[in-house]
Amino acid sequence: MSGGAWLPLLVLASSLVTGLVIFALPETSQRLRSSLNLAGALIKLGLVSVMLWGVYLGQQYEARYTLMPGIDFLLRADALAMLLVTLSAALWLFTTIYAIGYLEGSPHRSRFFGFFSLCVTATMGLALAGNLFTFFLFYELLTLSTYPLVVHRGSTQALRAGKLYLGYTLSGGAVLLVGIIWLHGLAGNVEFVHGGALADLDPALHGELIIIFILLIAGLGVKAALVPLHGWLPVAMVAPAPVSALLHAVAVVKAGAFGIVRVVYEVYGIEFAADLDLLLPLAVVASITILYGSLRALTQNDLKKRLAYSTVSQVSYIVLGTSLFGPIGTIGGLVHLVHQGIMKITLFFCAGNLAETLHIHRVSEMNGVGRRMPWTMTAFTIAAFGMIGVPPMAGFISKWYLGLGALNSGMDWVLLVLVASTLLNAAYFLPILHAAWFKPQQGPWPEERARGRLETSAWLLLPPLVTAALTLAVGLFAALAISPLEWARIITLREYVR
Amino acid sequence: MSPVLNWVAALDWIPWLLGVPLVFALLAFQFGARLAERLVVPVFGLGLLAATGLALQVLREGPQQHALGGWGAPLGIELYADGLTALMLLMTAAIGLAVVFYSRAYFRDDGRATGFWPLTGFLIGAMNALYLSADLFNLYVTLELLGLAAVGLVALSSGSAALAAALRYLLAALLGSLLYLLGVALVYGAHGTLALAQLTGLLQPGPLAWLVIALMTLGLAIKTALFPLYFWLPPAHGGAPAPVSALLSALVIKASFYLLLRLWFELFAPAINLPAAQFIGLLGAGAILWGSWLALQQRELKMLVAYSTVAQVGYLFLLFPLASFAPGAEAAWNGGVYHALSHAFAKAAMFLVAGAMVFAAGHGEISRLGGIGQQLPLGIFTFALASVSLMGLPPSGGFVAKWLLLEAALASGQWWWILVMMLGGLLSAAYLFRVLRQAFLPTPEDASFRRPPAMLVGSAFLLSLVALGLGLWANGTLTLLRVGAPFAGVTP
Repeated sequence: MSGGAWLPLLVLASSLVTGLVIFALPETSQRLRSSLNLAGALIKLGLVSVMLWGVYLGQQYEARYTLMPGIDFLLRADALAMLLVTLSAALWLFTTIYAIGYLEGSPHRSRFFGFFSLCVTATMGLALAGNLFTFFLFYELLTLSTYPLVVHRGSTQALRAGKLYLGYTLSGGAVLLVGIIWLHGLAGNVEFVHGGALADLDPALHGELIIIFILLIAGLGVKAALVPLHGWLPVAMVAPAPVSALLHAVAVVKAGAFGIVRVVYEVYGIEFAADLDLLLPLAVVASITILYGSLRALTQNDLKKRLAYSTVSQVSYIVLGTSLFGPIGTIGGLVHLVHQGIMKITLFFCAGNLAETLHIHRVSEMNGVGRRMPWTMTAFTIAAFGMIGVPPMAGFISKWYLGLGALNSGMDWVLLVLVASTLLNAAYFLPILHAAWFKPQQGPWPEERARGRLETSAWLLLPPLVTAALTLAVGLFAALAISPLEWARIITLREYVR
Repeated sequence: MSPVLNWVAALDWIPWLLGVPLVFALLAFQFGARLAERLVVPVFGLGLLAATGLALQVLREGPQQHALGGWGAPLGIELYADGLTALMLLMTAAIGLAVVFYSRAYFRDDGRATGFWPLTGFLIGAMNALYLSADLFNLYVTLELLGLAAVGLVALSSGSAALAAALRYLLAALLGSLLYLLGVALVYGAHGTLALAQLTGLLQPGPLAWLVIALMTLGLAIKTALFPLYFWLPPAHGGAPAPVSALLSALVIKASFYLLLRLWFELFAPAINLPAAQFIGLLGAGAILWGSWLALQQRELKMLVAYSTVAQVGYLFLLFPLASFAPGAEAAWNGGVYHALSHAFAKAAMFLVAGAMVFAAGHGEISRLGGIGQQLPLGIFTFALASVSLMGLPPSGGFVAKWLLLEAALASGQWWWILVMMLGGLLSAAYLFRVLRQAFLPTPEDASFRRPPAMLVGSAFLLSLVALGLGLWANGTLTLLRVGAPFAGVTP
């Protein structure tokens, strides 16, 4: 193993070891646990920064281990991997800070933070996976490590959500596995390569390749919450707020979307996928999901449920961008992978703050909350505007590139989808903002809990403010070399120029 | 390689594998449990060393032969060990050692220990002998000895239910070996020899061959508890003391399966036809679906685990149809054996930890196990790790097995088995999560827990780690398995 092999392994170990040590800690050693958590997250962020810089300079990081004859466990840090790795590492830090404040005084924290770290390890692993086999290992590990987080509260509702979650994700995993093994039988050990690896196969196999594509996308679509496979996502929002934040921003739904990106660009190759006529159906499914999610979000009174349906809709922007043939659409999809994460995590942090501080769970209870919690609602507002796509926020950049990409690839109808979705986004976010800022408070808050001198605990307030600032920053400074947009350009360049 | 390994690989381990457990059994029988408890760890440690040594030899030099007392076949007893033998012996030795540590704590100051130690010695000795035997009659003798020792272990628990279970088990075991013996007699009548090596290729398609195959397969299927002949297994495995359940579910049924495997791919191979293999596979599929369904209905923890064995046995029998086409045959063979191995470790861990959970809670009712996660965190973690392997999720031995079996099914175009395996995996998740979800429930008001000895959870945890490790070191394991295997080198 060369020197470049250690970095990806260390990136995984920084959260895996943290998690395992935390499992062994007694419930009462709170300070040690928090320090370990933060130390692990900071070390990971440091390692990832080094790796990011290296990849930017064209360095190779690869760890390979032969697991079965003909099947390798392969970690490789390429530009696409770094997109999700960096996002997860950064958001893990913020979510950890948030979770420490959020869970203060509640039971089973060792268990919670242990699985939380495992969950991040799984996300990192599937981002760094260099072939479908390795991707699948971490994909299933993610399922198993998020289940305890979803059912964490132990209520009947939480357990029911956990059951549904497992039912969906394990079924999806089984379908995905069959697709992967089938492909393995046809093409051998398929590694992720720029431009895809399957174009040179015998044309007689194209029929089988189409079926495999459908299996792979269906398996991944469960986690990416493509309609009609999205049923678990709105139910799983019974989980504690930091879990929802992580699930909706980087972990589970992103795993599905990221897998779809990998399959389309680096297994099949975008040109080959276009030759097989696979892109149009994918675009249609993504469009339906975008519209359906937004429509359902309109009618939800439960704030977290509204956000969950909004996730269903927003994650499919990534899939939509993937299915638009041409570099600009690709950039739109890839950059949204990051943008959606930052915006959605902000929204869930804020929803958690409202619930923890004032016990507000419903949109109808939010009248006048802007005056009681101005900072939280400012962060919420920025993220919501970002989701709608108001310039110069993150979401605007995504939609701009998606729209241009649609025109370039000759799918003009996608523009209509984008416009309709934007209107719907506005229709379900603006009433919330209006109620919070402009309506007078009606009666006392459901249950107020004082948390220090600020509007809520500093642990809870800081993370959404930072991520909201990021939402602005990635839009304002999109032209800088370190922005997600530039990074998406680098990846796209490598995908199309073979 | 290091000098120690060279030394280990240079000795002749086969006699040790046979003799040591039997001598231990006699000593334990003669001098009682006190002495047995003192002797058992070095004895079983030596067993693991011997199995490792033999595995190294097989890996380096290829299949090993040993004529007992210098008398070769056909007059004397000739023993044979290839990669499959070595793996089975290693599995037996490793699980045996873990069960020994567990039982020393479990049977402390318990009258049942008097019977447990000698019977366990006989059980392990009989299994080792079975794996090493290379002729049909010796195989019969070892099979019978194994069955009797196993029945004795089930009868250890007092009470009429245990006795009824043991009796039922005895009848099934005797019926199974009787059918097998009939087959042996027919083969001997026709060919005049019982040595497997001399019989290879002699059995030609025809009524006699089919009768032999039917009798022997039926007999061994009863002993392996293949659907629908599993009736004896749940009460015997679910009702026995936990370490006994672990030995039976993990190891004993694997012995008869191993024998069936040998017969099908060596003795029966020329006379087997496609419908026969498909039919066996169909029974396997029935086991997977029906066993899982019954496991879902159970209220008792140990009964759930026992029905899970009924279901998991089904995967073993998918090997036969999957290996009947050249593309995918090797993957099927590897996958089936790998399933036997990883199921052994996972199921032993699960039964042992179930015993610890029952000890801690004072009962085995699944719905009242809420809060067990706080009482036995490592215990529930062990159960979870074992479950991962049984569900066939990565990284675990069960996953490698499932991957190989699915690969075989896809390569040979038998998509119907794919559906069975997918459904089976989901069903296993459904029944295993019935237990795992208890870890997240609050402790019931009336519950009282006591702390089990650390060794109960500890030894189970180690076994579950091996089940996990089988998924990470599959390459080495499969290399060993390839030594002397029927399909090695046939397909790339």
